[in-house]
Amino acid sequence: MIIKETDFGTPKSEATQMVTLEIDGHSITVPEGTSIMRAAMELGTKIPKLCATDSLNSFGSCRLCLVEIEGRKGTPASCTTPVAAGIKVKTQSDRLGNLRKGVMELYISDHPLDCLTCAANGDCELQDMAGAVGLRDVRYGYDGDNHVSAKREGVGENFRFKEKDESNPYFTFDPAKCIVCSRCVRACEEVQGTFALTIDGRGFASHVSAGMDEGFMASECVSCGACVQACPTATLTEKSVIKKGQPEHSVVTTCAYCGVGCSFKAEMKGDDVIRMVPYKDGGANEGHSCVKGRFAWGYATHKDRVTKPMIRTRITDPWKEVGWEEAIAHAAGGFKSIQRKYGRGSIGGITSSRCTNEEVYVVQKMIRSAFQNNNVDTCARVCHSPTGYGLSKTFGTSAGTQNFKSVEKADVILIIGANPTDGHPVFASRMKKRIRAGAKLIVADPRKTDSVRSPHIEASFHLPLRPGTNVAIVNALSHVILTEGLENKAFIAERCDTVEFSRWTNFIRDPKNSPEALEAETGVSAEDVRGAARLFATGGNGAIYYGLGVTEHSQGSTMVMGMANLAMLTGNIGREGVGVNPLRGQNNVQGACDMGSFPHELPGYRHISDNVVRDLFNKVWNTTLDSEPGLRIPNMLSAAVDGTFKGIFIQGEDIAQSDPNTNHVTAALEAMEMVVVQDLFLNETAAFAHVFFPGTSFLEKDGTFTNAERRINRVRQVKAPMQGKHEWQVVAELAQAMGYDMKYNNAAEIMDEIALVTPTFAGVSFKKIEEMGSVQWPCNEKAPNGTPMMHVDGFVRGKGRFMITEYVPTPERANRDFPLILTTGRILSQYNVGAQTRRTENSSWHPEDVLEIHPHDAELRGIADGDMVSLTSRIGGTTLRALITERMPQGVIYTTFHHPVTGANVITTEYSDWATNCPEYKVTAVQVRPSNQPSEWQKDWETREEENKRVAAE
Amino acid sequence: MESKDMVRMANQIATFFKSYGAEEGTKEIATHINNFWEPRMRSHFFDFVAKGNTGFDPLVLAAVSMIRKPADHATQQGDLPKHGEES
Ligand code: SF4
Ligand code: SF4
Ligand code: SF4
Ligand code: FES
Repeated sequence: MIIKETDFGTPKSEATQMVTLEIDGHSITVPEGTSIMRAAMELGTKIPKLCATDSLNSFGSCRLCLVEIEGRKGTPASCTTPVAAGIKVKTQSDRLGNLRKGVMELYISDHPLDCLTCAANGDCELQDMAGAVGLRDVRYGYDGDNHVSAKREGVGENFRFKEKDESNPYFTFDPAKCIVCSRCVRACEEVQGTFALTIDGRGFASHVSAGMDEGFMASECVSCGACVQACPTATLTEKSVIKKGQPEHSVVTTCAYCGVGCSFKAEMKGDDVIRMVPYKDGGANEGHSCVKGRFAWGYATHKDRVTKPMIRTRITDPWKEVGWEEAIAHAAGGFKSIQRKYGRGSIGGITSSRCTNEEVYVVQKMIRSAFQNNNVDTCARVCHSPTGYGLSKTFGTSAGTQNFKSVEKADVILIIGANPTDGHPVFASRMKKRIRAGAKLIVADPRKTDSVRSPHIEASFHLPLRPGTNVAIVNALSHVILTEGLENKAFIAERCDTVEFSRWTNFIRDPKNSPEALEAETGVSAEDVRGAARLFATGGNGAIYYGLGVTEHSQGSTMVMGMANLAMLTGNIGREGVGVNPLRGQNNVQGACDMGSFPHELPGYRHISDNVVRDLFNKVWNTTLDSEPGLRIPNMLSAAVDGTFKGIFIQGEDIAQSDPNTNHVTAALEAMEMVVVQDLFLNETAAFAHVFFPGTSFLEKDGTFTNAERRINRVRQVKAPMQGKHEWQVVAELAQAMGYDMKYNNAAEIMDEIALVTPTFAGVSFKKIEEMGSVQWPCNEKAPNGTPMMHVDGFVRGKGRFMITEYVPTPERANRDFPLILTTGRILSQYNVGAQTRRTENSSWHPEDVLEIHPHDAELRGIADGDMVSLTSRIGGTTLRALITERMPQGVIYTTFHHPVTGANVITTEYSDWATNCPEYKVTAVQVRPSNQPSEWQKDWETREEENKRVAAE
Repeated sequence: MESKDMVRMANQIATFFKSYGAEEGTKEIATHINNFWEPRMRSHFFDFVAKGNTGFDPLVLAAVSMIRKPADHATQQGDLPKHGEES
């Protein structure tokens, strides 16, 4: 069955005042401000409509939804007419019927009559309405002035006719079928916030125009799909539907790309996915999506996917396809013989933040119990580990404080080191909506990102700080607030540790933390910093959102604490519209951390040295846990180079591409005797592997993901695993083969065990999620329905703790040889190392990584736009294409790392966050020169692509 | 692990906790290292300190006595998981 959410026609009214009215003789009570259309729908009465849909504000253009109201003249449109107390509404009468028929007649006279062969057949509101109003004939005929046919009888060339626009790789736009209801235009404005579409021309000449009538691909369109969903006709239709026909059943599941965690309906035909449509009841996205989740799922069936386990003795041998049993035995045998030779601690593993909670949980359990050491880490090490450390020091938990919806109540939004329009697009749409409604915006980022300025969005302050000076900026903001007496004294007195506060006060008041003193260091005008601080402290609800531009620094953890200080100082914690919110990179990075992926922490963030906690796990797991913390990823790599770490199990991570200082990573991998990779594709890391376990795509998984709001969403299996086994099954079998008894019948059982051992998950089960749709942890006896907002009446740690956050410049500085600072980031259409998105049409938007550079820096070096340039740091070099742009400040350049051949991490250094070893991706001193030669590393890479990925012929 | 990396990491930790004064700062440094450094790293650390490796922040050196001494932890031949049915 296809899941279809009810369309109430107009958005829900947030009013609390209730109004009672009568519709067709039935009484109904609804919130004030509700439209008559919506009130009728709540009674189950569908008033015919075309231009209204409940994701958009009503518009009142089609005149199909007319009703009669007793005592009022005329026939008002029910979508634009609000309810009023005591009115009596009639939704059907002969007069209304005739009027509606007349409207439909006009529409149909300028619409092709090819319903039978139309892609939207069976899913077209125009068709439905023609049926609903009882349209039987069209008096005007079809030969008049129209947009339908290329040629007209007796007229010749029809100037109104426009060809289909097929430029977007995922959907088509067929103007002949357009009824100019402007739902698409409004979706692009109101839901997505991109303003790519307009209605051009007037009257009969009016038509939908993408950009300046330049076609979708050439316009500002970001391919979010909102217009496609909103379109009531076949005008905007997914190409997959055109090709394969209408889906017949659907399953609600969760996007496997970013940490927003959007809910989607996978609309299927058998086990073939026809399209992914955002789910209106999804807590994180409420019906919206971005180009990745909506369209870029083709990688799941890409021909590069490996579906058979493979083994080899040396990494230069070709791969040999084998059965599961042999592959698992080979891996277990290798690990066991390493442990015999080099001891228990000589192996370890990495969990994946792309996998489900259940899959991650079993991997860390296997390492702690079957390997019997704590050498387990996760890719959060390289992104948000400072968030965990910083927030637990100050607030007492390792997670963001709010749900996404909270942004609707924010008055001042402070974005630091994040680029939500590219990294977290669906959250960005919600945020932009709030900003268009009047909230103020402050952006601290070296680049002039889209958040700083885009249609109808303009930051009140852009603080273009030098990479590496975050802490200086946040200290300066707090300094201004405190010295100008703008702090929230009541909040601090009631909610925070006052001894720590006064200690911190002494530190932050020091003139060295003033914006004037730090101006030379940060490059940001003191006046702007003061202005931003005043705005944040006095502008109402202040909400902080941050990303990897905060964490991936030598002072990442310090900065997280600095932001927590700022939030406490202004009393912006514990209610809607405020908070400190990490925008998480990967879909399940929150979950991977929760599930005990860090070497020092068991599930639920409890330290491994805690005897009581270890006892509990020893009992449930039937094991004897080691009490010492294990190796973190960079430590594993160093130990491998030192010769004490010899084997690794890598679940769905590509450390050879995503981790800093690639040469060091590959040297470490080469030094190991047993590298096991579990992934969809032969990734960069697999070039160094001895065993490859094919993994499952999110469409084949059964389990849960936890997004950046701590929201646990179900990932439902829509098709059977292509390689025959669930990933957790493979892991359990490997543990068995290592001599440790681990067995589960299904993913729900794993979640039950997680709930048993983790107090914050005590109330979580698949059944609970089924009932609630999704649930935000903590979910336990104290909060049986979960916790959308944290620290409401008090901090988790008791009193909030102000931490002293001294600014310390990174040792990585520009110098004569490397005069520029490179910072890295990501873009909308590609995801992380790009293994998935590169295998979809998303590459139409980003076929290669480019280097963004300021015109002045480019000119100085004789670089023209589009030139190939060599990029070198003291660590290594690579070659890529230059893009000259004034988005970049002078002295700072930028690139993404979505394509392996770029090897952006050949450049990045060994520097890392002091507390967590999160690498300093965001600051590398570099030089750029014109060049048309691939770098040495790139030549090696080409060879390795060829050599190390060969699979032996049968 | 190279000594310069170890020195840098230890000193970075010291730099943060320096703000908390000598007594509390030293304690925090020791706790941090005990909580997050795997025994192998700690034994490297003791080796470097024993060799009189210069370059450590005085606060790091002051914390040495509070840092847990690891035994040759799990990196010896024959140190195997208990459940192993090894011959
Ligand atoms: S796909 Fe999204 S961005 Fe593009 S035109 Fe449609 S609504 Fe606008
Ligand atoms: S493209 Fe679709 S949504 Fe847009 S105006 Fe035409 S019919 Fe309406
Ligand atoms: S990538 Fe992120 S924003 Fe886009 S659909 Fe997926 S979860 Fe939503
Ligand atoms: S639905 Fe009300 S005017 Fe179009």
